[in-house]
Amino acid sequence: MNAASVNPSQPTTPSAAMIRTLGLVATVCGILIVSTYEGTLEAVATNKKLALERAVFKVIPGASSVKEFVVSSGGVQPAGNGVPEGAVKLYAAYDQAGALKGLAAEGAAKGYADTVRVLYAYDPEKQAITGIGVVSMRETPGIGDKIHTDAAFLKNFEALDVKLSADLKSLANAVKVVKHGSKQNPWEIDAIAGATVTCKAVGKGINESARKLLPLLVPNLDKLKASEPASPTPHAEASPPLSKGGQGGFDSGSASSQRLNPPQPPFEKGGSRASFHAKGASS
Amino acid sequence: MIPGQKQLSSLEELLEGIWKQNPVFVMVLGMCPVLAVSVSAVNALSMGLATLFVLLGSTLLVSLLRNVVPREVRIATYILIIATFVTVVDYLIQAISLAVYDALGAFIQLIVVNCMILGRAEAHASKNPPGRALLNALGMGVGFAIGLFAIGAVREILGAGKLFGFALFGPDFQPWVIMVLPPGGFFVLGAWLLLFNWLNSRKATPVKPVEGHAHV
Repeated sequence: MNAASVNPSQPTTPSAAMIRTLGLVATVCGILIVSTYEGTLEAVATNKKLALERAVFKVIPGASSVKEFVVSSGGVQPAGNGVPEGAVKLYAAYDQAGALKGLAAEGAAKGYADTVRVLYAYDPEKQAITGIGVVSMRETPGIGDKIHTDAAFLKNFEALDVKLSADLKSLANAVKVVKHGSKQNPWEIDAIAGATVTCKAVGKGINESARKLLPLLVPNLDKLKASEPASPTPHAEASPPLSKGGQGGFDSGSASSQRLNPPQPPFEKGGSRASFHAKGASS
Repeated sequence: MIPGQKQLSSLEELLEGIWKQNPVFVMVLGMCPVLAVSVSAVNALSMGLATLFVLLGSTLLVSLLRNVVPREVRIATYILIIATFVTVVDYLIQAISLAVYDALGAFIQLIVVNCMILGRAEAHASKNPPGRALLNALGMGVGFAIGLFAIGAVREILGAGKLFGFALFGPDFQPWVIMVLPPGGFFVLGAWLLLFNWLNSRKATPVKPVEGHAHV
């Protein structure tokens, strides 16, 4: 009785049918995924580039075009495909007349929840960091994410000293995060009370990036000043001439309005981690 | 159609997920994204829409294939279909807005394991024609989005003093930060569940003697 009821009533599906069904469904799914990937590839790349340019313009007020460079022991080169081992990516921002407006680079360090990536602006004349912006973070809302809103904390980056030592081989003073309220030197960062871990990540990210980048960069500064944005750009795709309003990836025409009016992220405040916030020293 | 159960009208089928069987407030399904991304109204709505898209896509495909897929491999097939639509939505969000993508983080990929979606595929789409299955999925997806939004909006208002990024109160407002932290998610969800259960019990009490054994 028992055995009979288990066995016959439902005919078992032949293995071939199962494999055929799974194979068919997998093929359909594969085609769906690949076509979406191909279809969105360009839009995603444009988005990423736009986000970067927006980020650079926020830490360097008054800039209207960005060029990417790689700085390595071999000097400063226009960024090609990928960053070679030991090199640091650098963004040079120029104003409309083609004069060097400022430099920006990225620093990253482990924060409380995930890597905190910040973009900092470097002013070659002052030899100081003049503004930071958060590229990405997953810090606790209301605590760690204050790093892009806390005015007192951002004041640290109006002129954060990153002078090189006499031999130009290292930073004269390492950037250091100190306990809230105990900042004494221009190379120290006054942490936000209660968000020390995140602040330390910001400091560490900047310090590590600056330590690597600046000794390589400072002897080559003239090269960046000399390179006119109007000259054939090293940008990935052949860019339209500057007079038309921007570098590749930008929708031309919006560049001038963006310069006058710092662009708002389209997604302001959808959760602190979502949007890019920055404060330049003079903004 | 499920044998032994009376056929719902189209409207009832749609409202099933939005009200009677709301995935968040009644069935309490898919709590992982509900608690994690509901820190703001925009995040909650984006997550709701992403889930709705996956739900509609997978429901349609599962329903179309319902007579072809052998029972033995149905779970594998459903998961494959759901994973496909999650990957698609992942790319689409990246193409639409990187800011949204960063805000939702890993929770987009985790839609794959949202039990509500597999539950719909198994319990409804595999037994109903595409039209009816889509209607039910639409209701469920919208219900899920409403649930997420209800939690996200309350958390943003209390935890940041804003709604959709616009400040609601004056500059002196002191944000109730815990509301955007993980405990806040539980508090707000608990409060909503309390409200829904209270509403249900209030409605049920006077009706009971009349309806008798109407629903078992």
